[in-house]
Amino acid sequence: MSDWPLQIFAALERHDVRQVVYVPDGGHARLIRAVQAAPAMRAVPLTTEEEGVALLAGAWLGGQRGVMLMQSSGVGNCVNMFSLVAQCRTPFVALVTMRGEWGEFNPWQVPMSRAAQTVTEAMGLRVLRADEPQDVAPAVEAALSMAFEGGSASAVFLGQRLIGAKNFMAEDRQ
Amino acid sequence: MSDRLDRRQAVARLLAQRGGCLVVTGLGAPTYDVAAAGDDDRNFYLWGAMGGAAMVGLGLALAQPEKSIVVVTGDGEMLMGLGAFATIGAQQPQNLTIVVLDNRAYGETGGQPSHTALGADLAAIARGSGVAEAMHVTTLAEIDALAATLAAPAGNPRVIVVAIDAADQPRVIPERDGAVLKTRLRAALGLPAM
Repeated sequence: MSDWPLQIFAALERHDVRQVVYVPDGGHARLIRAVQAAPAMRAVPLTTEEEGVALLAGAWLGGQRGVMLMQSSGVGNCVNMFSLVAQCRTPFVALVTMRGEWGEFNPWQVPMSRAAQTVTEAMGLRVLRADEPQDVAPAVEAALSMAFEGGSASAVFLGQRLIGAKNFMAEDRQ
Repeated sequence: MSDRLDRRQAVARLLAQRGGCLVVTGLGAPTYDVAAAGDDDRNFYLWGAMGGAAMVGLGLALAQPEKSIVVVTGDGEMLMGLGAFATIGAQQPQNLTIVVLDNRAYGETGGQPSHTALGADLAAIARGSGVAEAMHVTTLAEIDALAATLAAPAGNPRVIVVAIDAADQPRVIPERDGAVLKTRLRAALGLPAM
């Protein structure tokens, strides 16, 4: 198994990310476990992704860096709350595991997956993509640097090919 | 109507002893109420992002554990983000107080009854979500007692639902450029703009 989730964790540590908010996803399970075990990071489970957009704006107001872990179905939940990021020009990074785009067995995942990049960009965020394991660390590094050094807002879409559609159900239910 | 508090008076008394606390406001009338009580670099006014005020407060509270964080919002704004109570209940921030000004109506849009007029009890929802100290407040004496506790962290999260009347008040318009509000709050905390 590729170590890209742990490479993401290393990047979060390197950038002094202190608040990691998430709506669980099987593709993020290893990363979430690493964050929960890290004393310097606060893992905050959300009831919906839009909470995370607001929470991370508050974290930045108070001087802490944060990121959101989520899956593509949650992008739509964030749309109006992205106004906060656009209007206040707070740094923002979401790491979005994609469903509904590569061998997806569940057709209900497809519509939001198809719209995710369009609506994210429509709200003023940059979308970076990683579809191969070796692309993940550079994309996450780019998003974190642009956010915390340049004040940008980005979402990194982690393609479903990375997670593997065939095993998704089994891993999801562990 | 007269058995409920005047919102301007209640908020002015609430913040009269604010000390070093940081205040986040929910969009609409709570923003005007807090501005009317006195503008301050440590006020962060939301003009949109409906449903997000409590979560902005939580992120700020986790980042600034030594400061008291007070969110002043309305019943409609809180109803749009009820999951926030569960997220706050899970984190148990020791320095976050959510004050909901409950006029049981959407005052900005024509006074349509909100769900608190139709059976929803925000304090009960908060308690059921893990915020043990959640209560209704109906008198100025209770507001004054609460006000005396806002300057420093209370030691646990709190949700206070204040019964206010539905009367319209003159708008008091504070800064509404979000980037300016962000930068001035960070500056008040000794943080750079970026």
